[in-house]
Amino acid sequence: MTDTALASLSNGLVYAAMLTYAIAMVVFAASLAARAPGRRPLAEPALGTSRRQGGVGVAVRDAPVPARSPVVQPAPGRRGGNIAMSLTWLATLLVGAGLVARGLSVGRVPWGNMYEFSVASAFAISAAFLVLSLRRDLRWLGLLVVVPVLLTLGLAVTVLYTEAGQLVPALNSYWLIIHVAAAIICAGTFCVGTALTVAYLVADTSERRVSRGSRFWGSGLARRLPPAQRLDAMAYRIHTFAFPLWTFAVVAGAIWAENAWGRYWGWDPKETWAFITWVGYAAYLHARATAGWKGRKAAVIALVAFAAFIINYFGVNIFLTGLHSYGGLPS
Amino acid sequence: MWARWAWRTLTSMRTALLLLFMLALASVPGSIFPQRQTNAAAVNMYLADDPAKARILDRLGMFDVFGSPWFAAIYLLLFISLAGCVLPRTRQHWRAIRSRPPAAPKHLDRLPDHRELVSPSPPEQALAAGAEHLRAARWRVITTSGTLSAETGYSREIGNLVFHLALLVLLAAVALGSLGGFRGNVVIREGTAFAASSAQFDSISPGRLFSTTELPPFSFTLDRFTADFQRGGQQAGAPRAFRADVSLIASPGQSPQQRTIEVNEPLEVDGVKVFLVGHGYAPTVTIRDGAGDVVFRDSVVCLPQDAGFTSTCVVKAPDAFPQLGLTGFFLPTATVDPSRGPYSRFPAPDDPALFLAAWEGDLGLDTGRPQSVYKLDTAAMRRVGIKALLPGQRWTLPDGSVISFDGYVRFAAFAVARDPGKELALAAVLVAMAGLGLSLSVRRRRLWMRASPATGGGSRIVLAGIARSEHASAASDLDRLAAALHSSRPSPTPAAPPLHGKAAP
Repeated sequence: MTDTALASLSNGLVYAAMLTYAIAMVVFAASLAARAPGRRPLAEPALGTSRRQGGVGVAVRDAPVPARSPVVQPAPGRRGGNIAMSLTWLATLLVGAGLVARGLSVGRVPWGNMYEFSVASAFAISAAFLVLSLRRDLRWLGLLVVVPVLLTLGLAVTVLYTEAGQLVPALNSYWLIIHVAAAIICAGTFCVGTALTVAYLVADTSERRVSRGSRFWGSGLARRLPPAQRLDAMAYRIHTFAFPLWTFAVVAGAIWAENAWGRYWGWDPKETWAFITWVGYAAYLHARATAGWKGRKAAVIALVAFAAFIINYFGVNIFLTGLHSYGGLPS
Repeated sequence: MWARWAWRTLTSMRTALLLLFMLALASVPGSIFPQRQTNAAAVNMYLADDPAKARILDRLGMFDVFGSPWFAAIYLLLFISLAGCVLPRTRQHWRAIRSRPPAAPKHLDRLPDHRELVSPSPPEQALAAGAEHLRAARWRVITTSGTLSAETGYSREIGNLVFHLALLVLLAAVALGSLGGFRGNVVIREGTAFAASSAQFDSISPGRLFSTTELPPFSFTLDRFTADFQRGGQQAGAPRAFRADVSLIASPGQSPQQRTIEVNEPLEVDGVKVFLVGHGYAPTVTIRDGAGDVVFRDSVVCLPQDAGFTSTCVVKAPDAFPQLGLTGFFLPTATVDPSRGPYSRFPAPDDPALFLAAWEGDLGLDTGRPQSVYKLDTAAMRRVGIKALLPGQRWTLPDGSVISFDGYVRFAAFAVARDPGKELALAAVLVAMAGLGLSLSVRRRRLWMRASPATGGGSRIVLAGIARSEHASAASDLDRLAAALHSSRPSPTPAAPPLHGKAAP
């Protein structure tokens, strides 16, 4: 039933992808660092003088921060960013090919255990990032995306690795295709949403500190980010896509559960944490419309909700026992 | 006055947010501690291991989080808050839908997002062209002399309200299911039958409004249970296929039909579903007394303990004299490990064996205290020997009784369930998802247009727009409207370019 040649080809492709991502990560990091402080003297002297003259930060803060303007970018970081983006495309194609090979080797969808789910999620994170990058320049986000992708793949090939094989009967259902595929796309979009949220918090902190005269926060990574307000809007938009999809994933799981176990909701640990994740992201969306909770506080809620998603993804399978414990992990 | 304050506080967004946090936080212990509803055995183990701590946890409701009063308090407050917020907003939005878009502000050019352009058409004609373009794009438009107001995206708030109202329906559906539904578990050995009546269930949890007489009078016999397991490789022993072949008698007097029940394919009879939830082995044991008379003969359900189906067995022979009890293991593929002792290394019956300990004395069945069939109370018994048996082998005890291991059958565990709320729950959830999609994708925008006669013919036009939802802008709507006004000019002479277009910063 299992084609071993295809299965080992799949493993080789995943390793090749990891190597490519690792190089992309280094190049992304280097291109962020390439823009050393002091290379953009436009804003800083003004800031410095305003502080030295005892000027309060308010006036500066309200002024546009020219260091962030995406229009005037110097060349060195740019070329590195382009190389890293190309490497990310290549690595994503390699992971995608690895998934296809795995699927062909076992004659089913390639997300039947934790290993396959993780590889598919890494593909989804990367693909979500690349799809977004088609419409706007996202080279500054690359590092924040490639790092979780590499971590996911690293966990997959070490802790979670499972040989290519057939499904346990519990997973033998077309709902595996629907429910788990939705969960995988959610993993991708939530992760990119989290990267954007982290970028927003960094940019926001940087803007506040720079307005108070900090030189450190006006340098390095923080300076290459778009304005905080734009990052906030981008993070919000991707979450408004991911949240309904997560709702769908949970509902599809409930329909499957009704068909497999006779109840659509039973507070199994996986269901409980899916619920906590859902409530967390619902709180994020509500916080954005609540006075006193907009901005940073809402962003922190999104991060907490993502933590619940990660607990649901790894923690429940590894540390808690329940009906969803068919991840293929040795107990 | 006080009540008004309390209501306003409860229905505020801030309170709703707080209640959402509490709901998430309150769910966490439900995944950490074993729950009575799903795993009563684990709860009992917890109680036995650390009674002092467990009793406190039990009193706090930690073993029944989702049925506890404090959990109910949180979600009921949340739903009241939700209703108190959504119902007034529904009335408000109903009025907004029926009212006309608001009249244009006096100085459109003071709005952050505006465009100024000139058109060769006279003002009335330009306004008509603008109105036509907007109506085609499904805007609601009203024109007065010289101005036009338009609004679109009402479905955003409709979606939002529908989503929240559907959640209220979902809560009702869940309540309906738990009150009017039931769930029962039953273990059936190959060759034996089950009739759907409350007496035949091993355990049953009916809803408060459910009477077991509502069960359809079906019965079925488990003819054969098949299980396939992965052989070889890293995942050796992983299940690959389970299948129960049954003869179903849908109602008394009907002839039996051959049906199969598999893991994701339950059997459905008159709104009741039968699910395959487990399986195992039932070795057949015969006990004869010293005179050779049969005092016990049955296939005994043994409870699987691990992935290799090392299963614990208990046999009680109250008709023997003195009473006889057996405890032990059924091992489908028997192996003896020097440190671990006997266990089964593979779940399929490749090399079955029965390891037994025999006990004589009083089984304690006459005390009136309820006893589990899976446990032997050895308080008043004495162990008289231990023995490993292969199928067909016999074991003679010191008093002359003979125990024989005749073979085994398989058993299957089924869950029988009915949930009268599930269709409503599904409908509510589908409506909620549709509402959610609308509320997160539609943007609500308002546009205004003012046209006044320009010196030398044509008209001066000012367009302005605002978006009424987060992170949205009316800029692209203004651009489209401006483009439409250019393309719909009446004369063949090209229109003047926009005087000046300014987007919001």
